[in-house]
Amino acid sequence: MSAQAARKKDLELVLDRPKSLKDVPWHFCPGCHHGVIHRLVAEQIDNFGLREKCVAAASVGCSVFLYDYLDIDVLESPHGRALAVATGIKRALPDRFVFTYQGDGDLAAIGTAESIHAANRGENLTVIFVNNAVYGMTGGQMAPTTLEGQVTTTSPYGRQAQGMGLPIRMAEVMATLEGTGFVARVAVDNIKNLKKARAAMKRAFEYQLKGWGFSFVEVLASCPTNWKMTPEAANARVGGEMAAYFPLGIYKDKHAPKAD
Amino acid sequence: MAKRVMVKGNEAVAMGAIAAGCRFYFGYPITPQNEIPEYMSAELPKLGGTFIQAESEVASINMVLGAAATGARVMTSSSSPGISLKQEGISYLCGSEIPAVIVNMSRSGPGLGGIHPSQGDYFQATRGGGHGDYRTLVLAPSTAQENYDLTMLAFDLADKYRNPVMVLGDALLGQIKEPVELKPYRKKPPAKPWALTGCAGRPSQLLKSLYLADGLLTEHNWKLFKKYQKMRQEVRHELYRADDAEVILVAFGSVARILRTSVDILRDKGKKVGLLRPITVYPFPDEAVRAAAQAAGRLMVLELNTGQMVEDVRLAVEGKAPVDFYGCPPGTIPTPEDLAREVEKLWRKGGGR
Repeated sequence: MSAQAARKKDLELVLDRPKSLKDVPWHFCPGCHHGVIHRLVAEQIDNFGLREKCVAAASVGCSVFLYDYLDIDVLESPHGRALAVATGIKRALPDRFVFTYQGDGDLAAIGTAESIHAANRGENLTVIFVNNAVYGMTGGQMAPTTLEGQVTTTSPYGRQAQGMGLPIRMAEVMATLEGTGFVARVAVDNIKNLKKARAAMKRAFEYQLKGWGFSFVEVLASCPTNWKMTPEAANARVGGEMAAYFPLGIYKDKHAPKAD
Repeated sequence: MAKRVMVKGNEAVAMGAIAAGCRFYFGYPITPQNEIPEYMSAELPKLGGTFIQAESEVASINMVLGAAATGARVMTSSSSPGISLKQEGISYLCGSEIPAVIVNMSRSGPGLGGIHPSQGDYFQATRGGGHGDYRTLVLAPSTAQENYDLTMLAFDLADKYRNPVMVLGDALLGQIKEPVELKPYRKKPPAKPWALTGCAGRPSQLLKSLYLADGLLTEHNWKLFKKYQKMRQEVRHELYRADDAEVILVAFGSVARILRTSVDILRDKGKKVGLLRPITVYPFPDEAVRAAAQAAGRLMVLELNTGQMVEDVRLAVEGKAPVDFYGCPPGTIPTPEDLAREVEKLWRKGGGR
């Protein structure tokens, strides 16, 4: 029911589309988690009143269409370079909120150097890192986060540790760097996890707004199309197989209130 | 009167950039251009600007992309192998129509090559170097003073056309030390309504180079093409003792400054020789070259490579006059006497290509 209709019927509106999220149909495949993650980002942009003070660096992959959905200023970056691009934006406009939204191929393969060094410099930026263990837009090739044994179009016999290595755990890598302030890994596969994801995003936004430095939220996500699974099975895989290898949780919160 | 200082060519580039209002510099060390990042790292913080020594050339050009997208005047510099790494970003700057200045104090190649002066990057600079159908304006200084002046001009042209502009020098022009008159910069940089600053009081906007829907990319490429056509009006060249010349030498950058003395040597011997120096190598001064060929009847191209700009000269002349070539691959720097001798040799050989 639209907000207008709710008012007309004198009902209390409990949930609405975030203002910074455009009212357009998603191009994402059925069961893909990008739409939910986009919404979580939009919620925090609204929550902190950042829509007009915000510049995002979009990446390459399914995430590139961020600008079709978020009603904010966006700069498209070359593949993997979003954090170098965001560094440039933030240094030029230190009082604006600047974030990147990147996939696993972008952030953890071709853009590893840019990602690690932006984090290590402690750039006052926020990163939303969507890990779906596959190159989505190019048709399901092996990603740095593809699980052992996972069949993709470029690992047709399954990913093998020998010669292909094991999946990179980026949240853990980021947490070891002195430059990062807040690092979390979340998922949006059920309501409980979604609430934690929302809280982590809020915290990540706070870090930048308070000038506390680099904040990083890894979101485990499904890709039913390239996993060749139904949306239900893909969703279940996120909380099962994926979360088993990529444990959910807060890896770093430098300014966490001290326990007594 | 403007202040005169004795500085290295690289420092003159950095001074010109700061004078033109550049407050953001992103780079990575590579010889022979290190005085540029070094100067910027010392001076920009004093001016409230930003200097970042990036983790790579790839990162630095992408920091340029980000900062320039906010409307700031931004520069990066490097030398040949580093410029190769920047090509990705240069292509995106062109595709997204974001102005920035890129300085190539080129060294020798291919591969790691060496740190000698070389003009081996002419093709890369004037043909784009990265992927896609794009052009960048390329300014080729031949003195430390021009390093200063043309870097200032590069910022104006970048903003005027919303396009990256390259300053193409070489090891010689970076390392020479000469007096430079610090002319003040008086222009007011243009407003940049396209800049990404957060969408306060206006609809949100986007800078991008991806166009997937039917026909949009065709339209975008034609739009860029029209801009590149317009950029042709920026063509610049200089003539030296060319009025009554029977042979006109064509050369740019470092070799052109050596050739000025060669021209004097040859003139003293009674040889009617002049020099045409392209100051913009893209756009190339086709008409001036054609006119020179017509007036003198014969051209000779001299480069610190085995023959690159000579192709543009021959394209301009359209076979209507003989165009000889003498190339010095990197590793030695020819003296004015060396080049005068080579010009005489070509002259003796007579016309023909």
